[in-house]
Amino acid sequence: MPDSDVILETRGLSKEFRGFVAVKGVDLKVARGTIHALIGPNGAGKTTCFNLLTRFLPATSGTIVYRGEDITRASPAEIARKGLVRSFQISAVFPHLTVLENVRIALQRKRGSSFDFWRSDRVLRAYHQRARELLDAVGLQDFAQVPAIELSYGRKRALEIATTLALEPELMLLDEPTAGMGNEDVERIARLIQQVAKDRTVLMVEHNLGIVASLSHTITVLARGEVLAEGSYQSVSKNSAVIAAYLGTEHG
Amino acid sequence: MSEASAAPAAELAPRSHRAPLAILVALVLVAPWVVYPVFVMKALCFALFACAFNLLLGYAGLLSFGHALFFGAASYATAHAALEWGWRPELCLVFGAAVAAVLGLATGLVAIRRQGIYFAMITLALAQMFFFFSLRAEFTGGENGIQGVPRGMMFGFLDLSRTYVMYYVVAAIFLLGFAILHRTVHSPFGQVLTAIRENEPRAISLGYKVNQYKLIAFVLSAGLAGLAGGTKALVFQLASLTDVHWNTSGEVILMTLIGGLGTIFGPIAGAVFMAALENYLAQLGSWVTVTEGAIFVFCVIAFRRGMFGELSRLLKRPL
Repeated sequence: MPDSDVILETRGLSKEFRGFVAVKGVDLKVARGTIHALIGPNGAGKTTCFNLLTRFLPATSGTIVYRGEDITRASPAEIARKGLVRSFQISAVFPHLTVLENVRIALQRKRGSSFDFWRSDRVLRAYHQRARELLDAVGLQDFAQVPAIELSYGRKRALEIATTLALEPELMLLDEPTAGMGNEDVERIARLIQQVAKDRTVLMVEHNLGIVASLSHTITVLARGEVLAEGSYQSVSKNSAVIAAYLGTEHG
Repeated sequence: MSEASAAPAAELAPRSHRAPLAILVALVLVAPWVVYPVFVMKALCFALFACAFNLLLGYAGLLSFGHALFFGAASYATAHAALEWGWRPELCLVFGAAVAAVLGLATGLVAIRRQGIYFAMITLALAQMFFFFSLRAEFTGGENGIQGVPRGMMFGFLDLSRTYVMYYVVAAIFLLGFAILHRTVHSPFGQVLTAIRENEPRAISLGYKVNQYKLIAFVLSAGLAGLAGGTKALVFQLASLTDVHWNTSGEVILMTLIGGLGTIFGPIAGAVFMAALENYLAQLGSWVTVTEGAIFVFCVIAFRRGMFGELSRLLKRPL
């Protein structure tokens, strides 16, 4: 898809930690409406890349352009407000809030009223219907009143996606959405990603190459902080440099 | 219409504090007829102080080690306004709380840039600076403090020199402060604060500018701690270095932990408990501190969640 609209672009993105170069001159173009996967062996700099894109880490050099706007210096919260919302490798829920409250926190931000310390939290009930719809969408409708900490791992990830969806992001960054999951959960999450990607762009870091092969339109392979190859799964998986980086352990 | 089923009740019930609130009000109203009123007033001042502190530690996850700064500064400000300027007590109290809130804003702006132990150390350092300032400054009376603070006539007709009038004014101030905190915790703002405590990076990734929330919580907490300090100055007709000493900052942490961190009623119980200890163990002299320490260690080991934390777990409802 060379001509489709680019939603996110990085130019020469680099990150150095005291002399160790974690990300080196990465040029990435994420096309609008696609599922773009970032893969690579452990320590390739995938998560660091994510942290740079969402400004959880400041880049050493390079620029990040989102929807034609330079966001290299924006704050993480501002980036989220622009519609670029991330998930985390370790599940990011609010453990002692209920499942419903977790989603509501995101809705509350989107729709204002979150500074009102003098109003009763009953006003938040206005968000319950939308929150329930989102929980329905990820199959958590029966868990609305359960504290998030009591959910299984797979369900926590689903909750995370529901919470992220509540912000109606244009670009969703998923950091290893299926890491540490059993097979059933993996399939459920894969279906979920496919479903949510209908209306938006998804950029994900993923280790499960089966998922990557079946879901993504474009794959970027990172190794030692550099882009090794980019393209469709077919082209990338035949690339000798990629096979070498993975030591032949890729597709099964 | 999924809301029509049992769900709304389930969403309401855990939050309803009607019964414990009624018990609290009843206890506050009856207490001075059972126990020595000055003791109860002292306990209520510290209870408000602890509740204000708990807003930060219990609901925003911020450990301030310098809350005596706000308690003590307001104590001085209130005492000074009453004694030197001859203001009416209600204005003195508002002035004290305002001074504390402004200091809270200044301290907060510096401290919330850091997290965890660094946050605690910055607050401690600023509070220590204020302690030495109070020691040297003219208007604080140095080692002597500000003594003989007139209680005055509140609103022009409530004669605070009468013990029971003073008591019910203190009770009203306490209940007002508690109501503000209760509402804050159970507000849309309180939800965000809890989310920040639970998982700050996630809150940021959802677009929350977390420092703004922390700062508001800090200023509210400082202001109410100041209200408590000012009230204490009127009750004891004294503002002294004890109020700004780091010991006071430490005590409020103990009260909150013993009562139950992040529980709405716990800090009150913790404050009453600590005040009672100090009062009834007074004959032990300097052993009071040792006893307090031992009791604290015991509490932390035996019931880590504090009195109300454990109670809330037994009753399976938030308190």
